[in-house]
Amino acid sequence: MRPFEYVSPNSRTQAISLLGATWGNTEVLAGGTDLLALMKDDVVAPKRLINIKEIADLRGVSSNAQGLRIGALTTLGELAHDENVKKSYPALSEALFEAASPQIRNMATVGGNLCQRPRCWYFRNGLGLLPKDEAGKELVSGGENRYHAILGNQGAAKFVSPSTVAPILIAYGAKVRLEGPKGKRELPLEKFFVIPKTDSEREHDLRPNEIVTEIVIPPASDVKAAHYEIRQKEAFDWPLAVTAVALKMQGSNVQSARIVLGYVAPVPWPSPEAEQALVGKPVDKDTAQKAADAALSKASPLSHNAYKVKLAKVAVTRALLKAASGGAA
Amino acid sequence: MHDDTDDPLENQKGSSDSSAVSRRDFLKISSISVAVPLVAGPKMITVAGQEVPVHGPGKVPMEFSINGKSYKAELEPRVTLLDALRDQFELTGAKRVCDRAECGACTVLIDNKPVYACSVLAIEAQRKPIATVESLMQEGKLHPVQQAFVENDASQCGFCTPGFIVSCKAFLDTHPHPTAEDIRRGLSGNLCRCGTYDGIRKAIAQVAQKGA
Amino acid sequence: MPDYAWPDAEHRSLIGKRTTRVDSPVKVSGQAKYTYDVHRPGLLYGKVLRSPYAHAKVVSIDTSAAEKIPGVKAVHIVQGPGANIHWAGDEIVAVAAVDEPTAEDAIRAIKIKFQPLPHLVSDAEPPKGSAQEQGPLSMDAIGDMLDNQVPARQMVSDIQKYGITEKPSEDMLKEIKEDGAPDEVLEALRTATVHPEAGNKPPSNYQKAAAQTVGDPDKAFSEAEVVSEGLYGIPVITHCCLESHGSISEWTDQDHLFTHLSTQNVSGIPGQMAEPLKIPATNIRVHQDHIGGGFGSKFSPDRWGIFTAEISKKANGKPVRYMLERDAELKVAGARPSAYARVKLAAKKDGTVTAWQSESWGTGGPGGGGMPPIPYVFSIPNQRQQHTAIRNNIGPARAWRAPNHPQAAVLTMCALDDLAAKLNMDPVEFFGKNLNLTKARENNYREELGIAAELMGWKERWHPRPQTVNGVVRGAGLSFHTWGGRGHASDCDLTIHPDGSVELKMGTQDLGTGTRTCILVVAADTLGIPIDAIQLLIGDTTYPPSGGSGGSTTIGGVSSSTRRAAVDARDALFAKVAPSLNAQPDQLECKNGQVSVKGDSSKSLSWKDACSKLGAMPLTVRGKNPDRTKPPDLTNSGVGGVQMAEVEVDTETGIVKVKKMVAVQDCGLVVDLKTAESQCYGALIMGISYSLFEEKVMDPTTGRMLNADMQFYRLAGLSDIPELVVHMMTGKGYDERGVIGLGEPPVISPGAAISNAVANAIGVRVPFLPLTPDRVLSAMEKKGGA
Repeated sequence: MRPFEYVSPNSRTQAISLLGATWGNTEVLAGGTDLLALMKDDVVAPKRLINIKEIADLRGVSSNAQGLRIGALTTLGELAHDENVKKSYPALSEALFEAASPQIRNMATVGGNLCQRPRCWYFRNGLGLLPKDEAGKELVSGGENRYHAILGNQGAAKFVSPSTVAPILIAYGAKVRLEGPKGKRELPLEKFFVIPKTDSEREHDLRPNEIVTEIVIPPASDVKAAHYEIRQKEAFDWPLAVTAVALKMQGSNVQSARIVLGYVAPVPWPSPEAEQALVGKPVDKDTAQKAADAALSKASPLSHNAYKVKLAKVAVTRALLKAASGGAA
Repeated sequence: MHDDTDDPLENQKGSSDSSAVSRRDFLKISSISVAVPLVAGPKMITVAGQEVPVHGPGKVPMEFSINGKSYKAELEPRVTLLDALRDQFELTGAKRVCDRAECGACTVLIDNKPVYACSVLAIEAQRKPIATVESLMQEGKLHPVQQAFVENDASQCGFCTPGFIVSCKAFLDTHPHPTAEDIRRGLSGNLCRCGTYDGIRKAIAQVAQKGA
Repeated sequence: MPDYAWPDAEHRSLIGKRTTRVDSPVKVSGQAKYTYDVHRPGLLYGKVLRSPYAHAKVVSIDTSAAEKIPGVKAVHIVQGPGANIHWAGDEIVAVAAVDEPTAEDAIRAIKIKFQPLPHLVSDAEPPKGSAQEQGPLSMDAIGDMLDNQVPARQMVSDIQKYGITEKPSEDMLKEIKEDGAPDEVLEALRTATVHPEAGNKPPSNYQKAAAQTVGDPDKAFSEAEVVSEGLYGIPVITHCCLESHGSISEWTDQDHLFTHLSTQNVSGIPGQMAEPLKIPATNIRVHQDHIGGGFGSKFSPDRWGIFTAEISKKANGKPVRYMLERDAELKVAGARPSAYARVKLAAKKDGTVTAWQSESWGTGGPGGGGMPPIPYVFSIPNQRQQHTAIRNNIGPARAWRAPNHPQAAVLTMCALDDLAAKLNMDPVEFFGKNLNLTKARENNYREELGIAAELMGWKERWHPRPQTVNGVVRGAGLSFHTWGGRGHASDCDLTIHPDGSVELKMGTQDLGTGTRTCILVVAADTLGIPIDAIQLLIGDTTYPPSGGSGGSTTIGGVSSSTRRAAVDARDALFAKVAPSLNAQPDQLECKNGQVSVKGDSSKSLSWKDACSKLGAMPLTVRGKNPDRTKPPDLTNSGVGGVQMAEVEVDTETGIVKVKKMVAVQDCGLVVDLKTAESQCYGALIMGISYSLFEEKVMDPTTGRMLNADMQFYRLAGLSDIPELVVHMMTGKGYDERGVIGLGEPPVISPGAAISNAVANAIGVRVPFLPLTPDRVLSAMEKKGGA
């Protein structure tokens, strides 16, 4: 790691004032599980690190009639074990328990999970978020892209969004609250993720001097939800495809659906095509597969990742069937 | 190049008797002159109307509570807890393997929860209760988890073992009678290369049956 | 002549029983000190600047800014301007500083210019017509071989076989010597045939070896009743030792080096460091208590072991620690060569295999590499093999547990399994029918095959390959393997003190295989005292030399020298004790710490009292292996094993899970059953890991390894491991063969057994390991199923 200044503010206002107005000079330290690795690999090199873990009101989980409020510093483990989450948002709890490892779940925060940087091995090797060689040649298309995007990859960004929790949060209709020098703002979580077009952009709609303060989820008592991920290892592994679904039923038919794919695109990928394919129909193997086909109808695999189209379809199908049969165990 | 004056080779060069400065003398000299780093107090800056201390980038005096004992060191903010444990306090049970929160060899307990010490900055771990594998043996007696590892031959080269021991201990504390699914989720954060998982699983089963 | 032979089963107190690993307590408690854990007063920290290019020439290096950084104690150019770099991650400059962050700052302050050169990092099938017959070697090629640490023996044989393109002048020879060429290579260059005309041909990355033929393969194929053809392969994987390579080195005076080194070869290190450091080997002390994995990658001090000593010298002898960072460990510190082949097999309808033909290729990095021993285990009567070595820029290869055998097993056993499928034969029946081709080991294999089938429940788990599949399916597969063994050279000193304490010193090392435990089992069993009555000291060059731990030769070596020392020490003690028991020395025995007259327990002395008869001086004896003056040979060579795997494949996702594995293994006389079984369990787990997950992924454009970490270089985790059954062949027919090594054999078969099980489950061969979803789905798609 390069040398840096370390500050540990105890209020949001302080934290925001300490952050720089442009990317590069300052970084926010929360769980540290991703940031420190990036700093060790010299992928990011802040001159000042702002540890926000001493800011008490960024912690905690609470619920009321409007739904669930999750402080950004809540660890994945705390949230997974939260009784209210287990009861009212079981698919979220399951996604959290499947994430990474117990040690990571004890360290990593929900805010950090949403803000973590892509696992793209070109990015991690210091070749850029939109990887190029010294001659400016784009590296991913002609390179080792087996884990890269199959959707939303027409631009320079070919990585996949790394959060396994974001899809289910989006499916549940979560909103993210941000705070910066100009005050607070709230946006639907899917809008928080953006596909960068140039190297100076990041993959989040987060200004350099903003922090994620909380995530709010509406009540989900009438929702049948599920999280399904396909990964090679049983133990700690990054998935090959993820799907989260939240269904509102009218009798045995789907009234409305949220279907969000993960690990297929540079952002969590809500699929209106799949949602439309399901509305008004019961969920069975046939309709689920049709929805999956719809979700992947625009897939544009790279040279080595056509198999991910198949996996993503399986993830959509299985997530739907899991949700319809009662969701998370 | 910034050479210290405690230079054993330099000293020997000037002497016809090669034992004029012995190894022992060299160690004594160097241990005296070694630790006078420049340590500045924190710079205070005013932020949102309040004074906030800014530490580093140079060395910062730090204080830790490890295995119930107090430790002090002067470290740059960029030093991880793992490196502080190993290089400053010579608590080398936690190992540096991946150094990227991937393998679990550096697992220690903070606030009684297993974490990767490679991915915690020393400066942020100050004043929190830290427990390393070295704390588990009490009065020369192995912890039941350690004893079960011995009996079930759950270590080969042993480099992953301390991390696994800490993880298993924490896991069994919270899951005294684990199911296979508990084990899948609860022990996914440690890797072994020699292939000791069979012994580890038997050790866990043994402790779960006996009760830790 | 004393009887050194291993005792019969009824006379063994510890040998062959289950003894708990003696160094477990220090390992589980975190007290065991590995090289990485060694802390020396005034310790400096090393860091290394590595090449970002896979192939380049170093143009210039400016270290002036780094040298000015406070706390930087030494800057050392490892490969200076003009050097050719052949893989990304190769070492260019090393520094030492008062702490690690400062050393990192120094590395970042170094300015370096490279001239990038074209690279190849692929090991895909050589393009048609691209392969060159290996021709005479240029002096550049010799230089490359030295850079790439090609073993001297191989260099000499290549020079003798192919000749050279120009006669080297004495100046050139001097330069080559300085580059590290040993005398035998220089001698080979002096006497080599010179082919000046060959010097004009540009070297190819693809080197074709001469075809090898046995019998009459053409005739056999033309007469074949059934022919099966297939494509098989196993990629480059890394060792990924959890304790990375490296050392802590310090100079105790001008010309004495003390190094803590993570090594499989304690006694063999000084001889390798002496020449580059220009001091006698006697001036180099190596010490190691514990090692965090080696697997074949830690026999040499390595370039970094040498420059760590050199930067220590530059830093006035202060101790310098340099342990490889994880990415470097995966990039440069060891890889297993890949092997791929198009195999054609011929058989009679009754299943008798008649002919083998293979066109194989693979890479061991810049050195190219040789052909694995194919066909493996089964000596098929008619054979033709053609191998092309790919010389590329992925980094050097090293011995990886059972070098070349896992590759050979995959290429052979998968091809044979496909042939069995084509013959509609159960593999147990098919392989069983051809066991006569295993020659000397036929009966062992037959016995092992039967036991394995029983333990696996083969009949219930194997089925003919399905035509179509859907959902989650299961299948079973098997493989055979073999290994040599024998014992390496090993000396030890065993001392019995007059107070009864016993000390055994040996310059060996315990890789986690149980070496300490086994030495103590042999010594305690032979002396008749408990294990904890013996103090064992290993891991230091001040102890009698014992060979490197490679090729499964350690247990044979250390058990033999220990046995001989313990027999001699015991007999010498008996000679001193006999008068006080009114007996002849050969009438005495020692059991459970009591020295007594055989058959008369009333005439007895405690061990301590017996030892007091030694007088004032302790008794020290030297045990050796081999030692023809003290027969018999206590070791042997040649083991066999059979493994079976059951897998489950999700045909929609292509995800493979191993559900059960069985290993049946012989290794002669087992010294400690518990750690022997652990070797097999560990090998199965390592095998599952490389079968399903492991491969070194290289970027074609930048030439860098992309997964030099532990998230995308996947190792199996605890939950990826199923029920494992290990059965050691012991007793009559095995014990009397003597002690044979076990480290390598059980890791050979998992790749083939698991691949065969997947083929059995899904009805089609997945050609290449690891069996990842993309490969499994692609194989199923090609078949037109699912």
